[in-house]
Amino acid sequence: MSEHPSTQTSPSRLDPAQSAAKAPKEIGKKDQTASDPWPLWEVFVRHRQGLEHKHCGSLHAADAQQALNMARDVYTRRQEGISIWVVPSQAITASTAEHKDAFFDPMADKIYRHPSFYRLPQAVDHM
Amino acid sequence: MHPITALAETKQPAPQEFLLRLGDNALILSHRLSEWTGHGPALEEDIALTNTALDLLGQARMLYSHAGQSMQPVCDEDALAYWRNAEAFRNFTAIELPNSGVHAARGALGDYAFTMVRQSLFSAYMLELWPLVAQSADEVLAGIAMKSIKETRYHWRHASDWTIRLGDGTEASNKRMQQALEQLFPYTNEWFTFDAIDERALGYSAHDLAIQLRDRWLSQVDALCKQSHLRMPASSQLQTRGRFGVHGEHLSLLLAEMQSVARAHPGASW
Repeated sequence: MSEHPSTQTSPSRLDPAQSAAKAPKEIGKKDQTASDPWPLWEVFVRHRQGLEHKHCGSLHAADAQQALNMARDVYTRRQEGISIWVVPSQAITASTAEHKDAFFDPMADKIYRHPSFYRLPQAVDHM
Repeated sequence: MHPITALAETKQPAPQEFLLRLGDNALILSHRLSEWTGHGPALEEDIALTNTALDLLGQARMLYSHAGQSMQPVCDEDALAYWRNAEAFRNFTAIELPNSGVHAARGALGDYAFTMVRQSLFSAYMLELWPLVAQSADEVLAGIAMKSIKETRYHWRHASDWTIRLGDGTEASNKRMQQALEQLFPYTNEWFTFDAIDERALGYSAHDLAIQLRDRWLSQVDALCKQSHLRMPASSQLQTRGRFGVHGEHLSLLLAEMQSVARAHPGASW
């Protein structure tokens, strides 16, 4: 989401292997001397009262307050939200494509895990 | 401040001239900010400035529509924006200065320090002025002010945040912010020059407006300077008169660009 020069060298987002290699930094503190002065932030927006916050994108910002301001300007300019969370992308540990087989494939043949083998009593309308 | 009761209670709509002063500031600053579209220091910041420009454009449209309705003949917002010449504009001189600052060569690239200092100073000013306008006996104008206060709070939040970051940043960024502040500060004398039109619109004496608005604005700006490690410039005798229709070449050049399409194709629509 940025034309800042740091985008060219910054690691691909949500890749723990690469982000672990970076020097740890204090989250939410102004840190202009770090190698990446505008780190990446993930933005979550709550669209309506009662709904959960949903991930809607990412942006670059110097710290948490600025990320919040920018999230407001980038992701809620058409009245999309009533609450915003910003989370440093580095703080997210993500599964990787490399582990996909072990992580997800074993679930493919276990249809009995779906609650579809029960007959609902007539009296239960909506479940 | 003691209201001038006789003036405050008249149910007259606000003077056209007063509406144009507010509207022209909004339109011209909106245009200056929109010049950054596609050139912002980062995409996020580009969008933030464009949002602010659009807020100001919206304010200008409402103020022009309201002013135009009491004109003879009735004038629409486009006529006021595109078919008046520089001497008919009532914006502050500070607002028409190019984003590159006062001393840069014509057509120089925009200076973000200058842009953010101007935005901070002006937002702080409007945060003091809008609440007075919101008490206007002119209900339409009071409504416009109520809406604009909320927008201005965010403009202040955004611009003052950058002023602190850049002022309290590196030696180079602090120097540029200080230079921008020194350039702009003399132009703010004009912001506290009130006359009978302001008295009629706001219901306070020109003297009270000047003293009290300036005091409140100065204390905001002083606090911002302290946080940003910037020095308040010494007072200056410069007295610009943009809001009385006396402009420099910057406004003519801006209008030449802004009005060119409307004037080349009168009445065009899409």
